[in-house]
Amino acid sequence: MAPAGKEDGQDPRIPKIASSIRVIPDFPKPGIMFQDITTLLLDTEAFRDTIDIFVERYKGKDISVVAGVEARGFIFGPPIALAIGAKFVPMRKPKKLPGEVISVEYSLEYGTDTMEMHVGAVEPGERAIVIDDLIATGGTLAAAIRLLERVGVEIVECACVIELPELKGREKLGEAPLFILVTSDAA
Amino acid sequence: MFAAENGLKGDPRLEAISAAIRVVPNFPKKGIMFQDITTLLLDHKAFKHTIDIFVDRYKDMQISVVAGVEARGFMFGPPIALAIGAKFVPLRKPGKLPGKVISESYELEYGHDRLEMHVDAVEPLERVIIIDDLVATGGTLSAAISLMESQGAEVVECACVIGLPEVKGQHKLKGKPLYVLVEPSGLDEFC
Repeated sequence: MAPAGKEDGQDPRIPKIASSIRVIPDFPKPGIMFQDITTLLLDTEAFRDTIDIFVERYKGKDISVVAGVEARGFIFGPPIALAIGAKFVPMRKPKKLPGEVISVEYSLEYGTDTMEMHVGAVEPGERAIVIDDLIATGGTLAAAIRLLERVGVEIVECACVIELPELKGREKLGEAPLFILVTSDAA
Repeated sequence: MFAAENGLKGDPRLEAISAAIRVVPNFPKKGIMFQDITTLLLDHKAFKHTIDIFVDRYKDMQISVVAGVEARGFMFGPPIALAIGAKFVPLRKPGKLPGKVISESYELEYGHDRLEMHVDAVEPLERVIIIDDLVATGGTLSAAISLMESQGAEVVECACVIGLPEVKGQHKLKGKPLYVLVEPSGLDEFC
């Protein structure tokens, strides 16, 4: 696994974060090398460092919204939101959110899925970051961006722990920059 | 037990937390007054109070594992885990965890579901707290306790933001203490 780093040299915390991620072959299907962040969550120092790197990057940048994609985005988003003084907004699968929602359909490898956000969770003009554990094809993050932009929110950046660059997810994010800690091979 | 009966009586933070929770009637079905914590997550101060109360309670109890029940337990568990220096262990619906898992079934109103955990997530004798946003019948938390005990870990307490009337007066779950911050808002009659 090739760790990413900041432009001015690799953040010394990155190698430990990268090595704490477990790769599980052939999950969910043959040929896929699944990036398992649950082992990162068991490493208190690596998890602490992961959150610290994101918080250092986004604190004091007038970001009022941290949007996290279900379900692993729910693990990384709230600690960041709490530390930078922002709201946490869960972006969910259909029918999970109880109130009035707006929704967007997006493509999967086979078929489509729907992502929802509560009406009133965010307001026009707010500055947001969108968090997920990993970016692969970028479909999920692109859907989150569309939902937020539909309500007039400015996407400052998308942030993930892991990128699978071969799958070119960055290209789906439009104008939104992408910040990642670790890159890896898809298969 | 409820926080107000256990050292936090009159604590203004509890009122702020309760006020931040939205009630959505007739979700997921008619007659249910759904306790929506997403509005708590939009209120940074109230969300911080929620985490601070749990952290203050658990930080000196030698807790090495915070387990959170998918999906809303994922929003409260990690901030607590990070603050007290514990591991975070996600307890998930079937088929989500990629590695070798153990699982436990639990009752739903109609039918049953399963909760899974990675086999290497907790070690024998580790001290665990289990977090979810809300406890109703306690079925999910009971399954979580069973998962932990099957690995030889000790569940010190279960902790939830909201506790429904069924659990009032019932301070224990499978013999384990239950700590709850607030009762549901806006209930005239809970079905």
